[in-house]
Amino acid sequence: MDIGGINLVVLVASLMVAAVPILLAALGELVVEKAGVLNLGVEGMMIMGAICGFITAVGTGSPLLGFLGGALGGMVLSLVFAFLTQVLLANQVATGLALTLFGLGLSSLMGQNYNGIKPPLTGAVPFGPLRDIPVLGRIVFSHDWVVYFSVAMVVLLWWVLKATRLGLIIRAVGESHEAAHALGYKVNRIRLGAIAFGGAMAGMGGAYVSLVRVPQWVDGITAGAGWIALAIVVFASWKPWRALIGAYLFGGISVLQLNLQAAGSAIPVEYLSMSPYLITILVLVIMSSGRGRAALNAPAALGQNFHAAR
Amino acid sequence: MSERPVLLAVEGITKAYPGVVANADVSFSIGEGEVHALLGENGAGKSTLVKMIYGLVKPDQGRMVWKGADYAPAAPRAARATGVAMVFQHFSLFEALNVAENVALGMENPPPMKELAAKIRAVSEEYGLPLDPSRMVGDLSAGERQRVEIIRCLLQDPKLLIMDEPTSVLTPQEVEILFRTLRQLSAEGTAILYISHKLEEIRSLCDAATILRRGKVVGTADPKTSSARELAEAMVGATLTPPERHGREKGRVLLGVSDLSVASPIPFGTSLKEVSFTVSAGEVLGIAGVAGNGQDELLLALSGEIAAPSDRVRIDSAPMGDKGPGERRRAGLVAAPEDRLGHAAAPDMSLVENAFLTGAIRKGLTKNGFIDWAATRDYAERVIKAYDVRTPGSHVAARALSGGNLQKFVIGRELSQEPLVIVINQPTWGVDAAAAAAIRQAILDRAAEGAAVVVISQDLDELLEISDRFAVLNGGRLTPPRPVQGLTVDEIGLMMGGAHGMEVAHHV
Repeated sequence: MDIGGINLVVLVASLMVAAVPILLAALGELVVEKAGVLNLGVEGMMIMGAICGFITAVGTGSPLLGFLGGALGGMVLSLVFAFLTQVLLANQVATGLALTLFGLGLSSLMGQNYNGIKPPLTGAVPFGPLRDIPVLGRIVFSHDWVVYFSVAMVVLLWWVLKATRLGLIIRAVGESHEAAHALGYKVNRIRLGAIAFGGAMAGMGGAYVSLVRVPQWVDGITAGAGWIALAIVVFASWKPWRALIGAYLFGGISVLQLNLQAAGSAIPVEYLSMSPYLITILVLVIMSSGRGRAALNAPAALGQNFHAAR
Repeated sequence: MSERPVLLAVEGITKAYPGVVANADVSFSIGEGEVHALLGENGAGKSTLVKMIYGLVKPDQGRMVWKGADYAPAAPRAARATGVAMVFQHFSLFEALNVAENVALGMENPPPMKELAAKIRAVSEEYGLPLDPSRMVGDLSAGERQRVEIIRCLLQDPKLLIMDEPTSVLTPQEVEILFRTLRQLSAEGTAILYISHKLEEIRSLCDAATILRRGKVVGTADPKTSSARELAEAMVGATLTPPERHGREKGRVLLGVSDLSVASPIPFGTSLKEVSFTVSAGEVLGIAGVAGNGQDELLLALSGEIAAPSDRVRIDSAPMGDKGPGERRRAGLVAAPEDRLGHAAAPDMSLVENAFLTGAIRKGLTKNGFIDWAATRDYAERVIKAYDVRTPGSHVAARALSGGNLQKFVIGRELSQEPLVIVINQPTWGVDAAAAAAIRQAILDRAAEGAAVVVISQDLDELLEISDRFAVLNGGRLTPPRPVQGLTVDEIGLMMGGAHGMEVAHHV
């Protein structure tokens, strides 16, 4: 299964890991945007999750608590966004951008004393003999719990948005807040919940970067993953399954280009490093173009603040 | 109707907003199965009143009694649980969701989607309102969308159905279907609270009427025995004078449109297809049609916002089809689009600046390339005075004016430019009856002075009142214009419904 010195099985197994941060963040943002809110602060919430998760995990010695801490950190930052946009009716684009800058700065400050420390290890889920199945065991049964959690969230969100009343209400609020208000739904409260959920998911994604992917704390550790998550949501036409494809594509090319670098490829390192971003965007643009419906799939009230004027 | 048991009694309801008293000591009652009309002009407080009954707004004072028990819904949910359902004036529908999902959103405990779809089919057949539960609401016509709203209400077995201006978007035939449904409901014991300012409808449908003016109940009437004129005067509180028509001579053709086909620039818009007509000096051409059949596109094509081959649009015999709005204004054509905030006026600019935006060319408001502010302010103030625009001054932002006042300003600004050709979309939309009469009179006066006028409107009564000739836009096609005299509402309905062949067979 080796091609050009790269083992395919290992590649697939590691792309699933590499995709987890952006997948989690993209799923969170997908729900936020479905509810009609454009939160551009994903990068900021991710890096807050990364540092909060790191501090909690180092402090308590428990990776699980670390992830919860990361989710909490992202959620707290997202509530700042929620307060500004849903209560004070600030512009969502400007607030989201400010949130990212704020998150980058604050995380750097909080992380001052955590450089060079190793976090506790997040182990693989013990599947026992299942791990020894050739190929499948390595790809499916060798991961830590967050990888399974991220895939489960894809299925869960797809089902919730498509088939449940909660999902219907979230979509309705994002489609027309005026109509939803007229029917008696609390638009801003529902959006607040969606924003908090998005923050928690982004925070968890960030924690995965600092606790598993890297694993240590460095300034700016998320390196633009939040922006990729945002792009994936749009080009995935707000569909969870497509977000999964987008995230795995990005993860796959990230891993592949690292392997190519290690294998001493003739392509200059700069091109390899930029390739995941370029190819992911390109493929998703092609996927979402030429259908007409994809562009129309955007929630109609996306980015608009709602104030009940009566 | 007095022997009907009282379903809902409203007693001394008062609701004030900062600066306005929306309802002052309002009392009335509805019996079970009664069709009760709430009659009043824009801003009379009808909508606030029904929002309180539906639980969207809480009254400051007063109380409501439902079948003898106190009724104070905290939210629409509580109102729905009691048995109150409401069909909104501006549809409360979600375009990107399908019919069944839209219905489910308006219900307290919707059944699973499959059962719901079957129920929707059953109810829609029972009441003669055919509807496919799996269709996207965005693809439905205005009449079908209203069916979605009505069926959403009917599935909850309401005891009281509130309808806020339900017929403003319907063709006459659709109105007939709606009325049949409402009569059937009323016969089954559902009370209906019917809000409208269309008097003929109220006379044909309602058992009783409560008339509101400036938030107060000014009277009750029996619509079956009162004349439309009596009702209108009670509603306005003044004697209404219908617009006066001066004897007019038809002059030369000032606006000629032939074989005009343009693609719509609006998403989900309707492209114009082979539109042809002419309007002569002193003549008013009325163009009717259900919203979304090419009205906006026709205005854009006439005002110059969409270009066409040059000989397709002629102003005073000069080919102008490829010219922009500025050159068409210079040639004598003024246009007033429907959307006041954002299209007809720049919301955050003052009335003076807005006056300049369209008046600059014809009124000569520039000097050596600079704005002549004194002349512009003078022009804005003349418009404000002549059209009775209620505003603290010409310096306020367009956004700060109420819809009706801004409409008066926008129309006045165009009509004051000594135009040869006037194109107006929805001239009296959202304007109260007295102001509407003034605007119609101004349009007729311009025509009498020799202007050619095109009025696009969804208000049939308005068109029949001021037009000399009448045509209908349907799917982007214009029917051949016909003289208004001798035209019956039935014929107009057929023209609007798209049954071109039938209409010809009817008439030749």
